[in-house]
Amino acid sequence: MLRYANPKRFMDLSGKALPWLGAGAAILLGIGLYMGFTAPPDYQQGDTVKIMFVHVPAAWVAMMAYGLMALSAAIGLIYRHPLADVAAKAAAPLGAMFTALALITGSLWGKPMWGAWWVWDGRLTSFLILLLIYLGYIALWNAIEDETRAAKATAILALVGAVNLPIIEFSVRWWTTLHQGESILRPGGPSISAVFLWPLFAMALGYTLLFFTLWIVRIRTEILERRARSLMLGLS
Amino acid sequence: MRMTALLLRDIRLSFRAGGGAMLALAFFASVAALVPLGIGPDLRLLARIAGGVLWIAAALAALLSLDRLFQSDFEDGSLDLIALSPLSLEATAFAKIAAHWLTTGLPLTALSPLLGLLFGLPPQAYPALVLSLLIGTPAISAIGAVGASLTLSIRRGGLILPLIVLPLLSPAVIFGAGAVLAALDGLSNGALGLLAAFSLVTVVLSPFACAGGVRLNLAG
Repeated sequence: MLRYANPKRFMDLSGKALPWLGAGAAILLGIGLYMGFTAPPDYQQGDTVKIMFVHVPAAWVAMMAYGLMALSAAIGLIYRHPLADVAAKAAAPLGAMFTALALITGSLWGKPMWGAWWVWDGRLTSFLILLLIYLGYIALWNAIEDETRAAKATAILALVGAVNLPIIEFSVRWWTTLHQGESILRPGGPSISAVFLWPLFAMALGYTLLFFTLWIVRIRTEILERRARSLMLGLS
Repeated sequence: MRMTALLLRDIRLSFRAGGGAMLALAFFASVAALVPLGIGPDLRLLARIAGGVLWIAAALAALLSLDRLFQSDFEDGSLDLIALSPLSLEATAFAKIAAHWLTTGLPLTALSPLLGLLFGLPPQAYPALVLSLLIGTPAISAIGAVGASLTLSIRRGGLILPLIVLPLLSPAVIFGAGAVLAALDGLSNGALGLLAAFSLVTVVLSPFACAGGVRLNLAG
C-alpha cells in the first residue's frame, strides 16, 4: 500500500487504469440498462419494479462509499499515509450524490408502490441521516483552513459517523417498515428471481466501477491542485 | 490538576458573565413557548407532540453552549496548560462533558415538567419525559463535545457545530421522544433502555474522540 503513497507513482498507475475503469463502467451500465429494460414486468409491481435497477445499486454504492471514506480516513489518521486523506476527501461528494440519488429514486418508487413520497421508517430515516453526515463531513473539510488539521478532524468525524452504517443495514430487521427487507444476503439465498437479479448485479457492478472511476479522477485532481498550490507558494 | 477540580472550575466559569448556564434554560423555554404559537392551541395535538418538541428543544439548547466548551480555554491558552498537566486529555474531556451536562442538561430536565404542563401533557407521561431527558441529555453533551473538539480552531464556526452534531444525535431524539409517546398511550417500548445504552456508549467513548480532536488542534 505504501508503494502507492508516492503521488507520482499513483498518478502514473491511475492514469493507466482510468480508461479501463471508465470503459468497464460504461459497458456494464449499458448491459445492465438493456437487461433492465427488456426484463419482464413483475406480477405485483408491473414495470415500476425496474426502478430497483437504478435505486438499489445507488444505495449500495452510497454505503460502500462511506465505508471506503471511513477506511481511508482511518488509514490517514493511523498510518499518516499521504494519499489516504486525499482519498477520503475525494470520496465524500460522490458518496453524498449517490445517497441523494438513492433517496430521490426511492421516493419516485415509493409514490406508486406505497402511495407516499416519503415515510419516516427506519431505513429511510437512517439513509437521510447518512446524507446529513456526508454533508457535515464536507462542511468540516471546507471550514478548517489548515489542510492537515482538516484531514485529522474530518477523519475523526468520519469514524464517529461510521456507526450509522450498521444501523442502516439492520434497520429493516429491527423496525417494522414498508421498505423491502433483506432479499439477497439472507439465509436460503436471494429471494429475487434471476431475471431481475442479473440486471441488478450488472447495474451494481457498473455503478461501482463508475464510483471508482470518478473517485480516481477526483483524487488525481486534488493531487494536481495541491501541486499547483505549492508551486504558487513557491513562486510568491 | 484533578478531574473534580476541573469540573468545579468549569461549572463556576459557566455561571459567570458570558458563561451561558441560564442561557440554555431560557432558550429551552423560548422554543417550547414558540411551538404552540406556530402549531395552534389544540391541546390534544400539543400533548402528542410534546415529547418530540421538548426533546428537540433540549438538544438545540444544549448545543448553544457547546462551541464554548473547549474554545474559550483554547483562546486564552489555558487548554495548553491543561493538556500539559498530569490529567489526561481523555479525563479532561470527561470532566468538561460532565460540567456541561450539570449546567445545561440537568437544569433542562428539571424544567421539563413545567413545560410539559404548558403542552397539556397527561400525568402518565411525566415520568417518561423526565427520565428520558435525564438519561439522554448526557449523550447530547457527549456527542456535542466531540463536535466541539473538532471545530475548536474554527473562528466564527457558527452553524457547523450543529450541522455535524445533530445527525449523530438522532438516535437519542428518536428514543427519547419515543419513550414519551409510548407512555402517553400507556404502552411500554424498549425506548428508555435503548436510550440508556446509547448514552452509556457515547459518554464512555466520546472522551477518546474529544481527546483526539483537542490534540490535533493543539499540535497545529
